Amino acid sequence: MSNYAAPVKDMLFVMNELAGLDKVCALPGCEDVTPDLVESILDEAGKFASGVLAPLNKTGDEVGARWHDRQVTMPPGFKEAYAQYAEAGWNGFDCNRHFGGQGLPRLLSAAVREMWKSSNMAFSLCPLLTNGAIEALELSGSDVQKQMYLPNMISGKWTGTMNLTEPQAGSDLAAVRTRAEPRGDGTYRIFGQKIFITYGEHDMAENIVHLVLARLPDAPEGVKGISLFVVPKFLVNADGSLGERNDAYCVSIEHKLGIHASPTCVMAFGDQGGAIGTLVGRANEGLKYMFVMMNAARYAVGVEGLALAERAYQKALAYARERVQGRAIEGSPAPVAIVHHPDVRRMLMTMRSQTEAMRALAYAVAAAHDAAGRHPDPDERQRNQAFVDLMIPVVKGWLTETGNEIAYLGVQVHGGMGFIEETGAAQHMRDARITTIYEGTTGIQANDLIGRKLAREGGATLKAVIVMMRQTQAALAGESQWSRIAEALGAGIDALEKAATYIVAQYGADVRTVAVGAVPFLKLMGIVAGGWMMARSALAAGRHMASGSTDSFYPAKMASAEFFATNILPQAAGLARVVVGGGASALAIPEADL
Amino acid sequence: MKVFVPVKRVVDYNVKVRVKSDGTGVDLANVKMSMNPFDEIAIEEAVRLKEAGVATEVVAISCGTTASQETLRTALAIGADRAVLAETDVELQPLAVAKLIKALVDKEGPQLVILGKQAIDDDANQTGQMLAALLGWPQATFASKVVVANGKATVTREVDGGLETLELTLPAVVTTDLRLNEPRYATLPNIMKAKKKPLDIVKPADLGVDVAPRLTTLKVAEPAKRQAGIKVADVAQLLDKLKNEAKVI
Repeated sequence: MSNYAAPVKDMLFVMNELAGLDKVCALPGCEDVTPDLVESILDEAGKFASGVLAPLNKTGDEVGARWHDRQVTMPPGFKEAYAQYAEAGWNGFDCNRHFGGQGLPRLLSAAVREMWKSSNMAFSLCPLLTNGAIEALELSGSDVQKQMYLPNMISGKWTGTMNLTEPQAGSDLAAVRTRAEPRGDGTYRIFGQKIFITYGEHDMAENIVHLVLARLPDAPEGVKGISLFVVPKFLVNADGSLGERNDAYCVSIEHKLGIHASPTCVMAFGDQGGAIGTLVGRANEGLKYMFVMMNAARYAVGVEGLALAERAYQKALAYARERVQGRAIEGSPAPVAIVHHPDVRRMLMTMRSQTEAMRALAYAVAAAHDAAGRHPDPDERQRNQAFVDLMIPVVKGWLTETGNEIAYLGVQVHGGMGFIEETGAAQHMRDARITTIYEGTTGIQANDLIGRKLAREGGATLKAVIVMMRQTQAALAGESQWSRIAEALGAGIDALEKAATYIVAQYGADVRTVAVGAVPFLKLMGIVAGGWMMARSALAAGRHMASGSTDSFYPAKMASAEFFATNILPQAAGLARVVVGGGASALAIPEADL
Repeated sequence: MKVFVPVKRVVDYNVKVRVKSDGTGVDLANVKMSMNPFDEIAIEEAVRLKEAGVATEVVAISCGTTASQETLRTALAIGADRAVLAETDVELQPLAVAKLIKALVDKEGPQLVILGKQAIDDDANQTGQMLAALLGWPQATFASKVVVANGKATVTREVDGGLETLELTLPAVVTTDLRLNEPRYATLPNIMKAKKKPLDIVKPADLGVDVAPRLTTLKVAEPAKRQAGIKVADVAQLLDKLKNEAKVI
């Protein structure tokens, strides 16, 4: 069994040196957050992740959630772990203090959530969905709804779900058919079937608060006719006690490639006369509310890619150190641990440097999100929001695609043992597989990136980011220790600029050809943004070494940054060529001849 | 009833320690430090006594450098009410620590001092015993169960022959063994509150204690590497080797 140890040191390095923890701490509402508090929160969260959640990861995979008679039984230990998690107050980490949360910044919650996901991704999905539902209710719910649901959801006593998908309405929510009929007393009866509902039913909490997309009788067709309803598993009485069982049942759960402990439910609303719900916000505006949440959810899924990469790396590294096999390629008197073999080193460094780059990018985006929400200067808020909006599809798309690559390498480092389930490396690979699919596939993210985030505004935000990247490149110049990083980053930025210019210019004229290159462009942008973050890491590490630090963390960070520059960043030029010249051939063969 | 819990900042149990190249000690630079796990058990026990209404105040004590404040904050996050650091950069040995704690006990008058039976860095297993001797208090070491009632502590101890139960009249010193309890995970609200709980800093001189080391460390070395094993042909050869080579039978 592998142990998980939260990478607190790297997390703190990224927060302090790259994400501007000091600036986040200075934001209104974050005054209580001091560096020593951040460290103790990360230490204690790390203990909880390693001690409580990580040991259940394998059981969760092997036993899985079980369905019987419209109820779901969680794998052994999950119910107790969830009770501990809620009891310890982790659920309300970044939630509104007014309703019992701790109101901590997103930068911090990104790190803490990374730990939950690394230690037990299937478990972490329950709080993830609850948090999404909390956010939606807080933004759009009425005061009565907030009072009724938020305190118990924030404390973790109740959990939440998001009911969007239907068999015919997956990526395209315009096709939603679930109906809501007014009962005349301000409440509604909901009828319909929802699929892929994460934690739609389980035995860890006394109530489950479903947020459901449905159509009112007079609603217009398409996306403009979808409303959002809150439909609890047990109706809530005026005094806050639980009332009747609502007509919302889990009729089956899916058998999946990974995240076995997370029940993916088929939910039937209204099979026995109608599930009672109340409208959230205004009629026909449900999709708008969902989109707010979806950005948060997309970010969170990106962090899943990072988290599984970290776990896969830790496991692969431990195995590579311990597995003795073969003599050294340069000759050795006895067999050596495989960590000594150059190709294993290449794999481990590919895992490590990209994991570090992903963490740096994810936390930088989280810090910008904090500034976008809390900064006193409206221009700063707007500038940070633009950065977040641009980067969300990159965080979701690049982190999950790379997370899959790293989990794949994790299996490869293990050799034959990696293919054996008992080893545990395969679980991370299977668990990672969903991350490029749910909350919008990589293709959907890439279309969002080139369309809404790039072409629509003529690439303005990206240009501003490129200016910052060039500043980092300039800071590296002239020092021989950084010359290879500077050169690779410069070439990467050139490639990104070239590809972005092409997309902005051609999007209107030939959108189909451009869109073939959407995912390659997303990867290109992820790699260059990651390279930028690693270059900044190298600068920071260099500063510490120059001021006399003997900590081996800094030379290791420098080496990792150089590996990224010399082994990962060179892909940027190739990807730019794909974006600019690869589209037409993909569309050349008529559909019938494919 | 006030309870004192002395806690020590030590190298984290997950760290593989390295001896400094000059053999003067263990390399502590850039190494993760944590609370001594036996002391964590002591804090947990004290907090449980408070939750049970037996103790009224739990005070965490540490002796050492200013960095020990972090360890005290951990104790506060688990549930101690306040903390005192006897701050010094001098290398502290068990006798000096016992004297510092005694001085604080004299000042504040706790009825019970609970601390780890030993610290996982030097494994000295002396501070509790020395403290009891200096105070002239009864002591019960290696506790696996503690019941406090009516001015007495009933302590079950793990000894070579099994379990031994002692009854002590308070005030007393108790040192904890691993099986006494399983320390809780600090809750997020308590971690946040810990920052605001009082943490006083005193100097050994203020307490009238001379902390100068009495012992000199001559040399620190890594344990000898384990030799590779061998296969024996039969039981007779095994017995022969145990008798004549290993000389254990």
